[in-house]
Amino acid sequence: MSHSRSVEVMVGAFMAAGFVALFFLAMQVSNLSTTSTGEGYLVAARFDNIGSLKVRSPVTMAGVRVGRVSGIEYDSETYEAVVNLRIESRFDKIPDDSFAKIFTAGLLGEQYVGLDPGGSEEYLKGGDEISLTQPALVLEEIIGQFLFSKAQEDATDE
Amino acid sequence: MTSVSKPLVKVRDLYFSRGDKAIFEGVDLDIYRGWITAIMGPSGTGKTTLLKLIGGQLRPDSGTIEVDGVDVHRLGSGDLYRLRKRMGMLFQSGALLTDISVFDNVAYPLREHTGLPETMIRKLVLLKLEAVGLRGARDLMPGELSGGMARRVALARAMALDPMMIMYDEPFTGQDPISLGVLVKLISSLNDASRLTSIIVSHDVEETAQIADYIYVISRGKVVDQGMPDQMMNSDAPWTRQFMKGLPDGPAAFHYPAPELEKDLMGRS
Amino acid sequence: MLDVLARLGRIGIGILGHIGRGHLLLLSILGGIPLLARRPRLLIAQIYAVGVLSMLIIAVSGTFVGMVLGLQGYYILSQFGAEQTLGVMVAASLVRELGPVVAALLFAGRAGSALTAEIGLMGATEQLSGLEMMAVNPIKRILAPRFLAGVISMPLLAAVFSALGVMGGYFVGVGLLGVDDGAFWSQMQTKIDLHEDVYNGVIKSLVFGFVCTWIALFQGYYATPTSEGVSRATTRTVVHSSLAVLGLDFILTALMFGD
Ligand SMILES: Nc1ncnc2c1ncn2[C@@H]1O[C@H](COP(=O)(O)OP(=O)(O)O)[C@@H](O)[C@H]1O
Ligand SMILES: [Mg+2]
Repeated sequence: MSHSRSVEVMVGAFMAAGFVALFFLAMQVSNLSTTSTGEGYLVAARFDNIGSLKVRSPVTMAGVRVGRVSGIEYDSETYEAVVNLRIESRFDKIPDDSFAKIFTAGLLGEQYVGLDPGGSEEYLKGGDEISLTQPALVLEEIIGQFLFSKAQEDATDE
Repeated sequence: MTSVSKPLVKVRDLYFSRGDKAIFEGVDLDIYRGWITAIMGPSGTGKTTLLKLIGGQLRPDSGTIEVDGVDVHRLGSGDLYRLRKRMGMLFQSGALLTDISVFDNVAYPLREHTGLPETMIRKLVLLKLEAVGLRGARDLMPGELSGGMARRVALARAMALDPMMIMYDEPFTGQDPISLGVLVKLISSLNDASRLTSIIVSHDVEETAQIADYIYVISRGKVVDQGMPDQMMNSDAPWTRQFMKGLPDGPAAFHYPAPELEKDLMGRS
Repeated sequence: MLDVLARLGRIGIGILGHIGRGHLLLLSILGGIPLLARRPRLLIAQIYAVGVLSMLIIAVSGTFVGMVLGLQGYYILSQFGAEQTLGVMVAASLVRELGPVVAALLFAGRAGSALTAEIGLMGATEQLSGLEMMAVNPIKRILAPRFLAGVISMPLLAAVFSALGVMGGYFVGVGLLGVDDGAFWSQMQTKIDLHEDVYNGVIKSLVFGFVCTWIALFQGYYATPTSEGVSRATTRTVVHSSLAVLGLDFILTALMFGD
């Protein structure tokens, strides 16, 4: 019987190890621990162009993550992208005239929404809309503009 | 032995084939209650196959096999399993489960089917092992047993549920003279003591003739002869003579069927 | 010409017969699973044989695969100045693909071949027939617990593989090559999604466990009852399981991650 007992113990240890590993993958590796579970408040922001912003991209202030993009829609009347930001409720003192920009982390990194605080005494609350936005920089456009201006320079030089 | 009662097993007009190869072509035989019936024939005639047909592991192409009045191959799996609990089978190799001890092997059918408490099972197992003389070997693993001991353990296991019938597949093959003697004695004493019916499948003429009450000889898919052992030993039928006396050539050719030697040698392969 | 057609037909019929028997066997096995609720010991013994005994090779391989990913990933990513995303790369590769797939391949080699050999030898030594004659259904009693043990063990083994792989990648990337500790984890957590990546990885490994164990048991149960037959069956288990895992992985990946 001691043999079957040790088998049971080993099997128990094996199952425990498996579940610890799954737990580790869920909590430490994936975004379960950082997913705001529906709490926090929603604000909207309209952009001319969101580049490659995705649902779940981070929303930061001064480089600190304060929330995530929770939804992206297209407004067919204004031809704009409407981005819903879910801000964690502990960040409840964001001036309502803050400026939302889409940044790229590094040259090829992912895109995220950065909020620059304004000077208003009023704070953003659920359902508000951020009116001051700056669209994503699209690399091709920048390169295109650069080449275009270069060509113009060359033309005027001659 | 004197009163010929209704047979326990009735095989009628049995046909069975494996692929294109016909193994039985119209076999009829009866196994009487309380008797040791031997089914003899050269290797490869289908003796093991016959036992598997009786046990319901294989299905005949046509014909019927009745055990204790019921057609084995018409039973649903539940009834078939119930019937099998009343039939023991001793396989050629013993077929012990190699990953559990001798004790656990004998206890296996009891634990699977009876739901008896463990103390009771222990007693029964020790009694069965005692009957085959291996009570002292209960803690060995099957791999540590000699061939003869493995067969005796298998016999104890086949007896565990007190069946009405035991089928022995080649119980004497490859045994040294001593364990052979032990097995011969064991089989006949068990049959008498437990009021069993036994079927022995074998090609060992001498040992089988010693203990059998009745002998069938099968060859090429048919029963070629049958009778009491002494009748058989003195039979004039050429086939029986050849088999019982072990003559190298006779109706059962020494040669596997082949074209004539000269043609074969002259021709290209 | 007719010969060729006939041969083709024979092969086709053979394959269909194979598939049919495989499915019938699977049905009988599944029918035996409720029995295990009453006899958990049968299952525990098999989880030991199938899972616990595969643990060492899975753990070692997982760790090393993770370390290699860390090393290779670092060299490539640092060329773009993106070594902070090393964690993402390591974890995504492991959780989505390498964990389930490599663990399943190792499982087929370690546990699958052992299962086939065991069942095949039980057949060759008449143990399976012996059980039947003792009125014990070998499919329910012998195959079903092994099957369930395989299906249960596989996702756990794959999770251990992935988790240790991430640790291995962390050790190399952060410990040896100096990637920023915080960036390693935070980038990973931003990019790896519980649903998309972790759940899907678990589903993959469940499927692989199901298929690998099924193949192993089928090959063992229908192995020709000779030593040569069993050895061929064992080889077939490894080959068929590996092909099945790779093929299914492609299909599952296309279904899960292709938008
Ligand atoms: N599983 C099987 N598949 C195909 N043929 C078999 C199988 N088992 C036995 N046979 C063939 O059936 C014939 C009878 O076998 P068997 O009953 O074992 O003979 P015996 O027990 O009289 O030596 C043999 O020719 C053997 O080759
Ligand atoms: Mg035989």
